Amino acid sequence: MIVAVSAVLGQAEVATSRFPILSALILVPALGALIVATMSKRRPEWVKLTAVLFSVFVGAISVWMLASFKTGSSDFQMVSKHEWIHTWGISWHLGVDGISLFLVVLTGVLFPLAIIGADPHHDEKPYLAWLLLLEAGVMGSFLSLDLFLFFVFFEIVLVPMYFLIGGWGYDKRIYAATKFFLYTMIGSAFMLVGIIATVFLARGAVGHVTFDLVELATKSNFAASTGRWLFFAFAIAFAVKVPMFPLHTWLPDAHTQAPTAGSVVLAGVMLKLGTYGFLRFGIYLFPQAARNSRAIFLTLAVIGILYGAIAATMQKDLKRLVAYSSIAHLGFIVLGIFALTSQSITGGVLQMINHGVSTGALFLLVGMIYERRHTREISALKGLQKVAPVFAAVFTIVMLSSIGVPGLNGFVGEFLVLIGSFLTARWWTVVAASGVILAALYLLWAYQRVFHGEPDEDNKSFAELHWKEGMVLLPFIAAIVFAGVYPKPMLDRIQPSVKALISHVSDKTGYVDPQPASKTGEAQP
Amino acid sequence: MIVAAGTFTAPSIDWFALAPLLVLLVGGLVLLVTASFTPQWPKHLYAYATVALGLAAMVVAFVQWHAITRDGPKLLVGNAVSYDHFSMFGIITICIGLSLSAMVTDDFLRREGMEGPEIYGLYLMAAVGGIVMVMSNDLIVLFLGLETLSISLYVLAASNRRRAESQEAGIKYFVLGGFSSAFFLYGIALIYGGTGSTNFNRILTAFDSVPLQRKDSLVLVGVALLLVGLGFKVSAAPFHFWAPDVYQGSPTPVTAFMASVGKAAAFAALFRVFVVALPNWKDDWRPVVWVLAILTLLVGSISAVVQTNVKRMLAYSSISHAGFILIGLEAAGHSGASTRSGMPSSMMYLMIYSVLVIGTFAVVAVVGRTGDGATDLGSFRGLSRQKPWLATALTVFLLAQAGVPLTSGFIAKFGVIEAAVDEHSYALATIAMVSAVIGAFLYLRILISVWLADAEVGDEKREAMHIPISTGAAILLCVGFTIYVGVNPEWLIQASDRVVLVAVPVVGG
Repeated sequence: MIVAVSAVLGQAEVATSRFPILSALILVPALGALIVATMSKRRPEWVKLTAVLFSVFVGAISVWMLASFKTGSSDFQMVSKHEWIHTWGISWHLGVDGISLFLVVLTGVLFPLAIIGADPHHDEKPYLAWLLLLEAGVMGSFLSLDLFLFFVFFEIVLVPMYFLIGGWGYDKRIYAATKFFLYTMIGSAFMLVGIIATVFLARGAVGHVTFDLVELATKSNFAASTGRWLFFAFAIAFAVKVPMFPLHTWLPDAHTQAPTAGSVVLAGVMLKLGTYGFLRFGIYLFPQAARNSRAIFLTLAVIGILYGAIAATMQKDLKRLVAYSSIAHLGFIVLGIFALTSQSITGGVLQMINHGVSTGALFLLVGMIYERRHTREISALKGLQKVAPVFAAVFTIVMLSSIGVPGLNGFVGEFLVLIGSFLTARWWTVVAASGVILAALYLLWAYQRVFHGEPDEDNKSFAELHWKEGMVLLPFIAAIVFAGVYPKPMLDRIQPSVKALISHVSDKTGYVDPQPASKTGEAQP
Repeated sequence: MIVAAGTFTAPSIDWFALAPLLVLLVGGLVLLVTASFTPQWPKHLYAYATVALGLAAMVVAFVQWHAITRDGPKLLVGNAVSYDHFSMFGIITICIGLSLSAMVTDDFLRREGMEGPEIYGLYLMAAVGGIVMVMSNDLIVLFLGLETLSISLYVLAASNRRRAESQEAGIKYFVLGGFSSAFFLYGIALIYGGTGSTNFNRILTAFDSVPLQRKDSLVLVGVALLLVGLGFKVSAAPFHFWAPDVYQGSPTPVTAFMASVGKAAAFAALFRVFVVALPNWKDDWRPVVWVLAILTLLVGSISAVVQTNVKRMLAYSSISHAGFILIGLEAAGHSGASTRSGMPSSMMYLMIYSVLVIGTFAVVAVVGRTGDGATDLGSFRGLSRQKPWLATALTVFLLAQAGVPLTSGFIAKFGVIEAAVDEHSYALATIAMVSAVIGAFLYLRILISVWLADAEVGDEKREAMHIPISTGAAILLCVGFTIYVGVNPEWLIQASDRVVLVAVPVVGG
């Protein structure tokens, strides 16, 4: 898919450098939200059409951006920089590199699918407006290269998500929404203090007050103890967002109670704000501190993998099961990030995308089951494979991708994470690898209970996959298979930036990235 | 400053420099006198006259702002009144508060059948008192302003004669306010005893010139008493107990006025006294302010959580905002007024908060309906279905108060936290942000009622909500300001950065 697109738009690079493509990615959905919010309630079909068009348009821009992305370059591309609050050294600074590239594309593609694929049942207009605003916020978080700007977007996404969960969720939605909002906000509270402290403490080294990420990261040099505190201030916010054990308790509630589109977006892209934040801000700004505290994060990641998997096994609610599986999957990503090798981080970045695709699809499928049966209780579902074989087949593919079966996307990312991590975090990796088996356990067992056997009275009338639903799911399946069979185009774009990050860490701390091929013995972390 | 009566010469007075004050004072008196000799004016006119006076004073203050930028600050009336950017910033804040409150009050009074000029006269007098406080460069002048403001506010709080709650609020405010004024006055006396002057600049220089060994304890007790007196006015914990009752009982627009103009004037005075007059004792008062700030933040945000009346919730939230502004004072206590620090961010916070709080209370006044009684959380249920735009405006205000980015509230919080972190007060900054999260729970509770809960049983039988035109305009202005400053705060930051250049006496003068 990517190859085809780049072939078509092959020579478009020169032209795009002038158009502020990244700003458009943020402003178009925001404008869409504004227009949808002011439209008349009496013509819901027009409202929906507008929202769909806006989100598809954003998706198209993101694909265009992908096509004009220069492969092999590790720099920030399509940079757009305008002064915003001069007195405080804040600017509207956007840029995309290999680490954020596919997250942006994923956001651009996932939103239209979520909007088309899930029905809010009531009050469509505010629902769509909130979703578009959410898209703008998520895009902004992935594209910001200014600490203040990032914080603005990081925090602003809470508001639409809060209203989406609270307004269109299930029974305990208000509890879940409030919990989600407060948990995340407490994390950002520390991060805000951390951001300001970073800026002021770096003032001496940088020469002036600036919130610019690149400038701060390249020029600043924090003492080990200072850097550690600052790093932890950022890390709390990201750890809540990921979420890492033991700060994860908001996630099962938020996921289970959120409307389908909310869950898709939450799992698909919003959780990645945490892992992405670790890479873009945590490690980039405080390499020494990140290295020093890696044992803590590796341990929490491994606990998350095992705990998420075991908790998922025990769930009675299908959606809650998927939610817990997210904790386990995100644990792998964190493991990859803090193992700090180029393979493991590349795998982590790839796994962010993979998890977004497969878990997004899983939530859509669970949503479809709920639409038909008005329950997500595993015990109430039985024998669906008999009555809806195509639905079951799609579910199988997505589930296998989530398990990490070779040939599908999940395998590539997980495998890279595990080989990369093995070099620097051997025993953590050994324990984490057992999480792969547990993933197979809880997903296959759930599949067996839901789809196998003879359908009882309630499940006999379970409707087969509608072609419209199929069209929504088709891109997911295509991405799952494509990235599983031929991940090279993605790796080619991710790897240079990851290598650049590692060499930044090396410059600042004298760290050496271990190479798996070298025979010089065990690498030193 | 005490001069033998025989040799007294009146100081020369620069009338133009006092123009904003005079506009409101003369305007207020004329309004009261003419209104009492004429029959009831046609509707809106009292309010429009007040708004016009407020705007006129504000325009003059803007002109003076530029004059000060050009010619520099100076002291007036025998060094007792200061004419500087700090004063003008405070005056503009007070005038904004006055005009917006008057717009909200207009429809409210008609709805409650209390139409008359008295409230506006009191507003104008209170604003005059506030301006005197903001401009003061002498403790006695400050006290005059404080009393003018306070007495007007006592009467305003009790101005709804038909509601017992309003009477109760007035009495409570009066008794406790009287106490705090006494503390304040005693503090002035002790400072005078210690330093030999009530003038800010002489208090400042007394630190170097007077042998303070024996008198230092006098000054320190005086500083503490001043802090108690002003701490009461700004409703800092543990002197906050009046605030919830008074905010809840007062007529809603008066509450808005109190929370904006009253608070802005009291905080400006607090900064004048502690940063301009008493910076030499900053190592003594700064730790106290640190404790006060944390107490205020936590008491405000935690007590708000268990309330069920929206006006009471907002009273506690106002206490928590006072905590944020105290952070600015604490930051200013590190480096004094000379550097970029807590003072500008606190003044900016005051202006932003004044607009926010008036907007919020304007919505509450509309939802309160006739009788001003429907202010419990239940009355807000289903607001989004009845009045979606009103609900949207309330949402903007509450999110801004919670400090969500792209609203003015975030810029305000960011400013004070930045000042605190710049002075390495990390603990204070962190506690403030955590308390902001606790406070956010309160705003979320209101938002849940507004957007997510269905209307109360029997709500359809109640009087329909009616958004009158001038209240609507006030709400619209507040929303506009909130979002505009949130997106483009540069000009406000630059303006507030200038307040650090306070007027000092001419050498030898």
